[in-house]
Amino acid sequence: MTYDEMGPPGAVRPPYELVAQWIEDMGMSLLDLRAKEAEALFRRVGITFAVYGEGGDPERLIPFDLVPRVFGRSEWDRLDRGIRQRASALNAFLYDVYHRREFLRAGHMPEELVLQNPAFLPQMIGFDPPARVYSHVVGIDLVRMGGDDFAVLEDNCRTPSGVSYMLENREIMMRMFPDLFAKGGIRPVDTYAEDLRRTLEDVAPPACREQPSLAVLTPGPYNSAYYEHSFLADQIGAELVEARDLFVRDGQVWRRTTRGPRVVDVIYRRIDDDFLDPLAFRPDSLLGIPGLMHAYLSGGVTICSAPGAGIADDKAIYTYVPEMIRFYLGEEPILPNVQTYRLSEKDDYAYVIEHLDELVVKEVDGSGGYGMLIGPKSTQEERDAYRKRIEADPAGFIAQPTLDLSTTPTLCGGSIGPRHVDFRPYCLVGKRIRLTPGGLTRVALREGSLVVNSSQGGGVKDTWVLTEDSLC
Amino acid sequence: MLSRTAGNLYWLGRYVERADATSRLLGMGARMTLVPGASSRDDWRSVLEAAGVERPDSSESGRPEALQALLLEPESGSSILSCMQLARFNGRAERTALTSAMWDALNDNWRRFDGMDYRTASRALPDHIDFAQRWAGAFRGAMDTTMLRNDRYGFIRLGSHIERAAMTLRLLKVKYLVLLPERDVIGGGRDLYQWTSLLLASSGLRAYHHLYKGDFAPWNIADLLALNRTFPRSVAFCFHEVNTTLKDLAQAYGQNHPCHEMSAALDHKLCTATMGDIFTDGLFEWVSETLYDVLALSDLIQEAYGF
Repeated sequence: MTYDEMGPPGAVRPPYELVAQWIEDMGMSLLDLRAKEAEALFRRVGITFAVYGEGGDPERLIPFDLVPRVFGRSEWDRLDRGIRQRASALNAFLYDVYHRREFLRAGHMPEELVLQNPAFLPQMIGFDPPARVYSHVVGIDLVRMGGDDFAVLEDNCRTPSGVSYMLENREIMMRMFPDLFAKGGIRPVDTYAEDLRRTLEDVAPPACREQPSLAVLTPGPYNSAYYEHSFLADQIGAELVEARDLFVRDGQVWRRTTRGPRVVDVIYRRIDDDFLDPLAFRPDSLLGIPGLMHAYLSGGVTICSAPGAGIADDKAIYTYVPEMIRFYLGEEPILPNVQTYRLSEKDDYAYVIEHLDELVVKEVDGSGGYGMLIGPKSTQEERDAYRKRIEADPAGFIAQPTLDLSTTPTLCGGSIGPRHVDFRPYCLVGKRIRLTPGGLTRVALREGSLVVNSSQGGGVKDTWVLTEDSLC
Repeated sequence: MLSRTAGNLYWLGRYVERADATSRLLGMGARMTLVPGASSRDDWRSVLEAAGVERPDSSESGRPEALQALLLEPESGSSILSCMQLARFNGRAERTALTSAMWDALNDNWRRFDGMDYRTASRALPDHIDFAQRWAGAFRGAMDTTMLRNDRYGFIRLGSHIERAAMTLRLLKVKYLVLLPERDVIGGGRDLYQWTSLLLASSGLRAYHHLYKGDFAPWNIADLLALNRTFPRSVAFCFHEVNTTLKDLAQAYGQNHPCHEMSAALDHKLCTATMGDIFTDGLFEWVSETLYDVLALSDLIQEAYGF
């Protein structure tokens, strides 16, 4: 039985009382009208994501659903503790794998899983990043199956995207429905920009003596998240740069300006490790800033997230995170993992091959909802084809049970119905941990669908964290 | 400001201006072919040349080819369609440097010409020309009323006036024959429509009547387009704007570059020139030389600010 977060009519759960009241007061036709208004607003401010090479409008809008997703105070308190706990453990693990590898030596994880992982960067061994932080923005994807039944589906330690939607969704909601926010019961999310700036300033490199100069490094306007990059740069007062705007001289990084070169202290990069520095990673690449890694390792600049941070969010590593929490923090995990089968292990492999029609199988290095098999929705041919892929490289896959994700009320085609959702909060790690009360709720707009990725027909919702368990 | 930002703003200015100027040229072409006895093939060829589109002599250059090259051709950097897209692309890369009014103006119906075929384009050509001019006008209006007068404004302004100077010079180069004094037959048939269409292409028909009384004289038309300091599409006006903008930038940055020297010299040259001198030395030579100077100045500006 799917868990609906609002609850049935007549027995609305306390956090959703305000939303239920609001839907009733507005009425369907008005809600529908206002949904169209919201879309026009989004398009006007230019919040689109780019999908190239598929024809049609190259700048698509992620559908925005007006009906918010709500967490009551005590629900959030628990999530808050669990998210911070996980973000700390992941950073502790990163420090450890690039230093003494106590976790591996204690036998908690096979060594080759780290050492033979392409995301592991030997250049980083023995290097101490400022404040010992590797992943400065940790996006933790959460799903819910019941009242207290939350689980972590995936960690994102490199450059989780989507935070601009968290901020813009709220802006649009506050603009369109100021009355809902007037009572002050919904915790603000606009502290995120300030917190991100502080986090980046926390980790200024040793060479920086004054107010750190920040830059957001983007692959450029063709990137699907370009809007977010420029939005964040704007919000935190950083310069939005591409690799060709930067160069390295005298152990520091400089940007080319109309007044001549200017120093950059902290780079919030939104490009992959491979494209950071052609001298260090991809000699064939024209992208990147030659000498950047050298400047970084000698303390001339800080790169956020640290190169090599991706080793912590690999899908094969994920299964060990609860163990990391116990090992580094001496605590029990507040938010459990989703049960995961490692196909590299014999028993798990045998089970998965037998139960392909019940499981979700994913590539360990895949993302964006591509390249996965959703067992219950697949045909026999699809399963056979996928089985061949698994047999060729078992360690390249993990499997999870099909999760019965919770639903929240969603406006679809003139009526409101339950749609499945997930949730990504953004945890900032600098000298201290900062967590904005909120995050990005993604919703699968097709009835019954469990795929929430924006590239596959998902939408987004504003996410409310209440100051109390109920506002009514 | 990042050098790349300066570059994007500069090209934003150039492409908006180019979309506008190209629409006037299309208007000129459409009008010239309506006059009886006109050889339409040559008229469209001259329009293409004025727009800076090079075509082999042997190729067909009629209305379909001109509309394709100047209105519909994707990714050419010459057609209105691609100028609008490139302007918007440059603007999008510097979204945070623009005001929302400017961005709205760039965004307005920017895909109007995507995938349009010749027949559709040809049938409503006057509408399309109007649209392109309104689109460019809306952007300039938004820029004028909402943008801070800082270096960002300066780089857009540099781009638009360099582009405009080049357009006017190319127009003069293509049409210099009808402006030569030896053909000074006041009110001649074919020349009259050549002159009026030339003035229309530079939106100077009314300005001409205000400034120069009486019948059309090619001498005066050349003067309006080249040397008049009040007419905003004249070469002299554009050079003066470029020079003023460069002086502002030099002051703001406390830095002088070779482009400042060249720009001051060009401004001075246009200030002191007379049509008498120009015709003595040869109008065609003068136009070619000045067009070359514009492109050289553009290179120096890009070099000075690193884009």
